[in-house]
Amino acid sequence: MLLDPFLDYAFMRRALVGCLALSLAAPPLGVFLVLRRLSLIGDALGHAILPGVALGAMVGGLSLVAMSVGGVLAGLAIVVAAGLASRGTGLREDASLAGFYLVALALGVVLVSMSGSGVDLLDLLFGAALGVDDGALLFMASVTTVTLVALALMWRPLVAETFDPGFLRHAGGGGAAWHLAFLALVVLNLVAAFHALGTLMAVGLMMLPATGARFWSGSVGGQVVAAVLAASAASVAGLLVSFHADLPTGPAIVLAAGAIWALGLAAGPQGSLLRRWARRPHLAG
Amino acid sequence: MQRSPPAPAIILEGLTVAYDRHPAVHHVSGTFGAGSLTAIVGPNGAGKTSLLRAVTGEARIDGGRIDRGGIAASDIAYLPQQAALDRSFPISALEVVMMGHWRRAGLFRRIGGAMRREAEAALAAVGLTGFETRQIASLSAGQFQRVLFARMLLQDCPVIVLDEPFTAIDARTTADLLRVVARWHGEGRSVIAVLHDHDLVRTHFPETLLLAREAIAWGPTAEVLVPANALRARMMAEAWADDAEICARAA
Repeated sequence: MLLDPFLDYAFMRRALVGCLALSLAAPPLGVFLVLRRLSLIGDALGHAILPGVALGAMVGGLSLVAMSVGGVLAGLAIVVAAGLASRGTGLREDASLAGFYLVALALGVVLVSMSGSGVDLLDLLFGAALGVDDGALLFMASVTTVTLVALALMWRPLVAETFDPGFLRHAGGGGAAWHLAFLALVVLNLVAAFHALGTLMAVGLMMLPATGARFWSGSVGGQVVAAVLAASAASVAGLLVSFHADLPTGPAIVLAAGAIWALGLAAGPQGSLLRRWARRPHLAG
Repeated sequence: MQRSPPAPAIILEGLTVAYDRHPAVHHVSGTFGAGSLTAIVGPNGAGKTSLLRAVTGEARIDGGRIDRGGIAASDIAYLPQQAALDRSFPISALEVVMMGHWRRAGLFRRIGGAMRREAEAALAAVGLTGFETRQIASLSAGQFQRVLFARMLLQDCPVIVLDEPFTAIDARTTADLLRVVARWHGEGRSVIAVLHDHDLVRTHFPETLLLAREAIAWGPTAEVLVPANALRARMMAEAWADDAEICARAA
């Protein structure tokens, strides 16, 4: 019951490997998004890549390369434009991104409707984990590799810039460059994830384990590990539930992640509801 | 600890910093001497923070110039006013202090045992021995300010700039941190601090700049903090004149 679906069906194995690859790379980014108070930016960027994906599909057909290139380009364009607009005018970055992504989302829907047939909007929004082919799998694995290497290289400035951006900038450690590099990684992961989960659900695997991570660990590194474990468990559980109950995979995985998040919220070891409510005798000093 | 380059004099020549063309700092000229210990006092809205931001290279200069005597803006340690940091961030006191190693450790260089011991010594110097692994979320405002001072100890900069470092800080913490300031002064570093407590300035700061957009007085503290100067500073209009004309004074 737990192993058979993966042993018997190649499409389940591919979906599993793809989702585990995403689970390695996306949640650490989510942890930093939460710490940078940009939890909702993932959602915005998820929508922002939609017009790129649609344009890619219109130009190059429903091919992995065309849609991915379109998505990455659209996402990067919006990240850079929003970054420049906020730094140039003092408009807050989240407000700036909100403006750009709404325009992008509307453009995306218009483009999809103009193209008529060919692109199924539902597939773009909710993905098709069971339809992940070898090309998509390779793409996801590559993105995961790139993300993990990049995160390892920029870990120190990224933590410092997240905690105290003024200090790092003043000490000559750079500022905007790290922020943009980080958002570029977020875009890459969302594009990689939309094949399996769709643009809407990709954000779920990135953010839900990350928001829950603070209930499990009090350090940045610990939260990253907790988020990766939670995302991996949600991927396995979601795929199994989706297989046995015949549910769409993307939402099943995100619901599983939501269940783990709720568990942490209720009873995690750090600042959960249980820890707040449990009346334990206070210490002497 | 390693020795930093000697502190240079920092010379302002007709410095003007404006927001939306209205000057917050207006034609200020003078010198922060090498190794000097200077307090900047003045009413709210007098441009104290703007002047510090210009000196540290954070604010755009709209007129005049700043001669930092050959050191880079990043050689100036800068503690902003009530640093708007996320105190719930999952990081320990020692890790915050270690950020002070940035200039030496950079992106990739290993932070070895020696650097770690320096960070522990810095925490001890601000009276926080035993707080190494404490999360900053569990620190009081005064303890957190001590941590930020420890970080500046590690930065080892020839010039140190503090914006209202003792606001909302209790007397004992202030006294401890003033000892750190005195230590920097004794090591020949220049220290510039924005302060509101004139008694504290008289006791601990030999030089004072009284600012009210323009420099009202700048020199030995006893000569600057006199009633006549205080009156002139108070007369400074806090409101902008919407119909102000273009300033005709040469920079």
